[in-house]
Amino acid sequence: MTDLESRLTRLAMPDPGHTEPKRPVLPDADVAYTLHDTPIGTMLLAITHGRVVASSFGDEETMTNRLARAVSPRVLRQARPLDDVRRQLDEYLAGTRQTFELEVDLALATPFQRLVLTDLPTHTSYGATTTYGTVAADIDKPKAARAVGTALGANPVCVVLPCHRVVGANGALTGYAGGLDAKRFLLNLEAKS
Amino acid sequence: MTREKVELPPFQALIDAHWRDVARLARAMAGPVDGDDAAQRAWEKAYAAYPALTSAKNLRSWLLTITARCATDVHRARKPQRPLEEAPPVAVEGPDAAAWPDPDLWRAVNELPERQRFAITLKYVGDLDHHGVAAALDTTPAASRRLVSDALATLRSKLGVEDD
Repeated sequence: MTDLESRLTRLAMPDPGHTEPKRPVLPDADVAYTLHDTPIGTMLLAITHGRVVASSFGDEETMTNRLARAVSPRVLRQARPLDDVRRQLDEYLAGTRQTFELEVDLALATPFQRLVLTDLPTHTSYGATTTYGTVAADIDKPKAARAVGTALGANPVCVVLPCHRVVGANGALTGYAGGLDAKRFLLNLEAKS
Repeated sequence: MTREKVELPPFQALIDAHWRDVARLARAMAGPVDGDDAAQRAWEKAYAAYPALTSAKNLRSWLLTITARCATDVHRARKPQRPLEEAPPVAVEGPDAAAWPDPDLWRAVNELPERQRFAITLKYVGDLDHHGVAAALDTTPAASRRLVSDALATLRSKLGVEDD
């Protein structure tokens, strides 16, 4: 590249006001998401057509790529469409809310996960735990306790769909996407509220 | 024939990676005020067209092409009232010098014929190859090469720089 060409790559408008360029403003996204700090860690919350499609401890790049493939590539970081979700989540995490008034979209779930997750709020109750085997029996797959455990472990809509209420047959917490401390926090929260 | 499913990245990833390049190209082509309008319009158009894209390759080039078209439209619409070719009359000194690094070059570029000016802006500010420049200007790569080399020749003689 000649000297003139390299000067051209740095060509800039006179900008006496030093005005920073602005990021674009776009309409409400097909999939809007936000990163929300909670006592159990940073969660990625996403909504599509008014339904919660993700409430996850997964990282931003992985989750937004999954959302782009499963729902629509028009995925944008927009906080406002998630105001209600954040409010309800904060109330729940402060112990002042027991059930979520939110619709859920299981676009990120496998068919088996949908079977396990869809009725989870009715198969569990606030402040109580159940076991993988019991949930397996509830969905008429009594031998599928281990598969139920795997399906719950990859729950894309954590907390809202309360997979934290499901524990091992001996009462052990076993595992949680947000870490065992998070699971313990949620169960303690529900026990004392 | 079945269309292969294209796996497009989340649109936010495009914004995060390229919004500064889009803003800079739009400003270089249409000026700071119209440039920001053009960049905003370009993002709106890109967002609307995005799900129908048939390839996830060269997304940056695709964005800059849309930006160039929006910048051209905005610039043409405003031309009678506010010619960009009007070079600021005074040399920039003091704190503003950093905001305007190479005023001689800027003036010389703005005196070029419009197609040449757009071509070298796309080539060097946008860092596009001749295929990308040609797509943005609705022309052929050979014509883009000619526009750029004519522009460089004019700039060399105006600025008194040697071929190197």
